[in-house]
Amino acid sequence: MADAVLEQTVDHEAAVAGRRRFWSRVLIYGLLAIFSLVYIVPLFVVVFNSFRDLPEISRNGLIAIPQSFRLDAWPQAWDTYCIGGACEGMKRYFFNSLMMTIPATIISTALGMINGYILSKWRFRGSEVLFTCMLLGVFMPGQISLLPWAFLLGKIGLNNSVYGLILVHVIQGLSFTTLFCRNYYVNIPDDLIKAARIDGAGFWRIFWKIVLPLSPPILIVTVIWQFTGIWNEYLFGVVLNSGAQQPITAALVALSTGGTNVRVFDVMSAAVLIGALPPLLVYFFGGKYFVRGLTQGAIK
Amino acid sequence: MSSLTIRNLRKNFGAVEVLKGIDLEARAGEFIALVGPSGCGKSTLLAMIAGLESVTSGEIWIGDRLVNSVAPKDRDIAMVFQSYALYPTMTVRENMLFGMESRGVPKPQQQEAIARVAALLQIEALLNRKPGQLSGGQRQRVAMGRALVRDPLLFLFDEPLSNLDAKLRVDMRTEIKKLHHRVGKTTIYVTHDQVEAMTLASRIAVMHQGEVQQFDEPEVVYNRPANIFVAGFMGSPAMNFIAAELTTIDGKPAVTFPLANGRTAALALHNGAADRASGKQVVLGIRPEHLSRHNPELAGKGGIATLTAPVEVVEPTGAETMAVMRFGELEVVGRFAPAEAPRMGEDMPLAVDMTHACLFDPATQRLI
Repeated sequence: MADAVLEQTVDHEAAVAGRRRFWSRVLIYGLLAIFSLVYIVPLFVVVFNSFRDLPEISRNGLIAIPQSFRLDAWPQAWDTYCIGGACEGMKRYFFNSLMMTIPATIISTALGMINGYILSKWRFRGSEVLFTCMLLGVFMPGQISLLPWAFLLGKIGLNNSVYGLILVHVIQGLSFTTLFCRNYYVNIPDDLIKAARIDGAGFWRIFWKIVLPLSPPILIVTVIWQFTGIWNEYLFGVVLNSGAQQPITAALVALSTGGTNVRVFDVMSAAVLIGALPPLLVYFFGGKYFVRGLTQGAIK
Repeated sequence: MSSLTIRNLRKNFGAVEVLKGIDLEARAGEFIALVGPSGCGKSTLLAMIAGLESVTSGEIWIGDRLVNSVAPKDRDIAMVFQSYALYPTMTVRENMLFGMESRGVPKPQQQEAIARVAALLQIEALLNRKPGQLSGGQRQRVAMGRALVRDPLLFLFDEPLSNLDAKLRVDMRTEIKKLHHRVGKTTIYVTHDQVEAMTLASRIAVMHQGEVQQFDEPEVVYNRPANIFVAGFMGSPAMNFIAAELTTIDGKPAVTFPLANGRTAALALHNGAADRASGKQVVLGIRPEHLSRHNPELAGKGGIATLTAPVEVVEPTGAETMAVMRFGELEVVGRFAPAEAPRMGEDMPLAVDMTHACLFDPATQRLI
């Protein structure tokens, strides 16, 4: 009994501290909850509206609790809705974007890895200067190169073509992928390369057998970065390409601004979601690795 | 035939001269240790032998081939790195296979080599593990195994034991010695640890500031160091250096130097008789183990000189006891058997074994 009393008096301080801790936790989680809500509400609104009846939207406003449920907007947005004169929905532009993003991501990542490998493990006179020059590309706004690109693509006959956009995105993305890979490879011990050289391996064999197997973390970061960046890119898509050659981002804007006077919020919402789906999926499945890859610098 | 010959080898990094004309030669089957403090150029020298650093001037011959501009893979060498440099994504077996695959060694021969080396190093049980699953000592073994699966003309070791804890280091040292005895390959071994160099090498090259100070057998390097640097670097505790003056006792050469209490010591010299002008300043070098407690038995032996000195610090290590004594301005370390160890504060009668004493020229720092 005496022990219990003693314990209580001792616990008093701890109880106060515990209570303070509890309320600070409540505050932190409360704030976090509010912020995530603010952040996610637009997504909810778009998702809801893609399933609502158009008259119901007009009646109750864009932001309202849904009172109807229809799937019509989705097939319409995908297949039949008229954008800029062509009544084929989003699918053509979706595939344009896919046709542009996948090769551009693969090529720019592959080149970035090789660049990074050379700039970190096979340095030569002037390689640091070269790297610094490439870094400039990271800080250069895309608008600067817009006109030169238009000129160049016209010259080589790739204007208004998905292939032209692939080329643009490969080159524009190269500074990022090179930076990522170079900074990652710098942490691979040089002794590994030396040991491999004595073992009789050359430039490519060392890359395939030693460097590449160590690369998954940075590979995931680079691929996610490039894929979402290229998919979401709008400026080049809308300026360099027109009509049926535009990527989905440009088509979305065309859909929301052009054509009839009626605002088809349900179809627009569905179209936006179709356009947002691939990057969202990439984040869902790769986001965990993305964070890990960015934070994990050294290779043990 | 010599496996490695280095002639007047120089290396500059920009304006910095890292190696200043190295001459070195390893006979077939020899174990050469390159030893020196950090920054002496020993690792650079090894990297140049391996072909990982370019040659500024001079010649490197491996076997009967000038290899100055030969790629590392074509130099017929194998190397063990300080960091082990095991390929982290490969198993132990794949690590050992990598070099053979690169060189297109036939499959049956590869398997045979792995079986042989795994048995030799007792790493059969580890063959399917990744380097991350191995302890430090095991990694060390695998790194050696990767070098041993080839049959090169030359083995290069770059401080292979410095990442291990003290006990393991001693074990692996013995292991390497056994291994070299069994394999009999010419080995160049870089270390900053003079004990490793003494225990392993058939000849030691002591390096300092980009130059080879002495290149000789361990006993010679230890007993007849070429200069004050080598004398101080080899041996622990280090050799005692005492500023002294040449003189004569009864017409025989001797050295004299001041002691603590205003007295001077005069010790007769016993090693060789060069023409030594009386009055010349010299540096007397005495190793700690050549000091002992004076007793009547020793008095009859030749080459013993005596003096007394106050004891300032006593450090027992178990097997032996170190004591710091004062010779005038100097502190001198002695190494005693525990039974005859001094007490702190004692004015100790010392016997100095002058047959092992070294004399150095204070100007040139060289052995006289």
